[in-house]
Amino acid sequence: MADVDATLTGNRGLALEEAVIFEQDSPGLSGVDLPQPVPGNDRLGGLGRSGAIGLPGLSEPQVVRHYLRLSRMNYGIDSGLYPLGSCTMKYNPRLNERLARLPGLGGLHPLQPISTVQGALELMDACAHWLKVLTGLPGITMAPAAGAHGELVGLMTIRAALEARGDARKRVLVPESAHGTNPASAHACGYAVESIAANVRGRVDVGALKAKLDADVAAIMLTNPNTCGLFENDIIEIADAVHDAGAFFYCDGANFNAIVGRVRPGDLGIDCMHLNLHKTFSTPHGGGGPGSGPVVLSAPLVPYAPLPMVERRGDGFALVEHAGDSSAHPLGRVKGFHGQFGMMVRALAYMMSLGSDGLRQVAEDAVLNANYLLARLKDTLSLPFEGPCMHEVLFDDSFLKDTGVTTLDFAKAMIDEGFHPMTMYFPLVVHGALLMEPTETESKATLDQFIETVKGLAERARAGDARHFKDAPRLTPRRRLDETAAARNPVLVWRPPPPQAAE
Amino acid sequence: MGIVRYTKEHEWIRVEDGVGVVGITKYAQEQLGDIVYVELPEVGAGMTKGAEAAVVESVKAASEIYAPVGGEVTEVNQNLADNPGTVNTDAMGEGWFFKMRIADTDEVDRLMDGVAYQEYVESLS
Repeated sequence: MADVDATLTGNRGLALEEAVIFEQDSPGLSGVDLPQPVPGNDRLGGLGRSGAIGLPGLSEPQVVRHYLRLSRMNYGIDSGLYPLGSCTMKYNPRLNERLARLPGLGGLHPLQPISTVQGALELMDACAHWLKVLTGLPGITMAPAAGAHGELVGLMTIRAALEARGDARKRVLVPESAHGTNPASAHACGYAVESIAANVRGRVDVGALKAKLDADVAAIMLTNPNTCGLFENDIIEIADAVHDAGAFFYCDGANFNAIVGRVRPGDLGIDCMHLNLHKTFSTPHGGGGPGSGPVVLSAPLVPYAPLPMVERRGDGFALVEHAGDSSAHPLGRVKGFHGQFGMMVRALAYMMSLGSDGLRQVAEDAVLNANYLLARLKDTLSLPFEGPCMHEVLFDDSFLKDTGVTTLDFAKAMIDEGFHPMTMYFPLVVHGALLMEPTETESKATLDQFIETVKGLAERARAGDARHFKDAPRLTPRRRLDETAAARNPVLVWRPPPPQAAE
Repeated sequence: MGIVRYTKEHEWIRVEDGVGVVGITKYAQEQLGDIVYVELPEVGAGMTKGAEAAVVESVKAASEIYAPVGGEVTEVNQNLADNPGTVNTDAMGEGWFFKMRIADTDEVDRLMDGVAYQEYVESLS
């Protein structure tokens, strides 16, 4: 569709058009002006560069403007409500950032002598301690680089424990309502994956689970609250059945933010759980920072936790880095150095600034906000499962039936209204899913504006104005992108245009 | 044309001279949306009924395709590697996934015929 508001520059008001940086190349331009090196022996032994390296020539202000303009096309939690929720990232309190930038923490090198980093080890130990307290489990590894890595490390620990008792098993059970990374992690750990159906209430079908449990099942991987935003109320019965079969109970801790301070997973019979520090403990993520996925462990798994381990010795702390220095049976290293230290600083800052009552309120407010959306939108949108929900609320697309508008169109229309869309088409257990997680930091005023927008759009769809949705987004730097062509013929690398043939 | 039978997972199998041709139904491709990638089994792979046989990826989701009956894969549709959209444009014809030698023809007989499948699809909406 032709753009009715086309401008001479391609800019739209103060939303500036910006070319790929390589297309702005002016050979010879540079932000710095250094004297030519004095010719002589370069000591490179013939390994000196022989050709250009393909970087564009640009002035300093050009580079600054380029990245600033790109950043203005971005949308994130610091711009407004972000209904994808903590999966991407929830609000990062600035206090965490300030502490992580203290020179004594931010400027550390991972190979410094242990005697010079006693404070950092104490910090890792304190962070580990509070994570164990909050989960009610006796052991932890801080090493995993992110949540999915934590899943793999947790399963490797389970495998090590089973093999140590001469009971190597072959299968892992994963309910349909679990996170999508769970079957991938089990497969990566060498297990055959079997799916367990959900019941009509959107929870694990306990009968179907028990029918599949036998002496060949190494573990079940459950997500609680599950990916429909529902608490698995049969979890104690599930844990008992899993343990009776001699298997371990892995819980995906991604949604721990819904229950932190209120429920200790260890009390539910869970053996192993990763904690996505960005989800529950407000560290940066989703392009803003590395993940971090500590894994808490029950007593039978503790001896097999990977290296390194921080241990209190006398008045100080030691870092156990070699299996020979350990009294247990560690499964070795799973990551270089000591895990994502900067994230541990932020997570500890978050826990200590909020305290136990504050963390409990995080869970309560997250659940309250999601249920506020549920209560005010359930008559406008369609709920596949009866509420109440936990920290996120799931709708399906039956409210759009016969309107000619799809979930995707609806999401694109929300962008024109200044909202990032919710999670779409996931989880797969419902048709045309719209999953919303407001998180605990959003005010009632923000939620009300979001709710009125969703209601207004739903009304418009039902009034027969499908065109409005099919044309969306209209007000963005780019109109609707061709996702199919992008997936079928992805262009991932910029290449210089072929040289023009001489006339 | 041989007989065509359907599964509840929206695969179809057409039996021609004892060989089964397998694909996904028109309804399945509509639900998936534009298909961008198809992962096919190895020729010679043996599979039991209901085993994971292929993966189809659309702009919305990645889904497993299950073997409608047991048997051995004899040929795969190489055209889908470059033109996955064929599944959208001709799901029941050129968009076939693989051919298989059928281990037990009784398994075919137990699948739904066209009328039963149509009724099943209508019951879903």
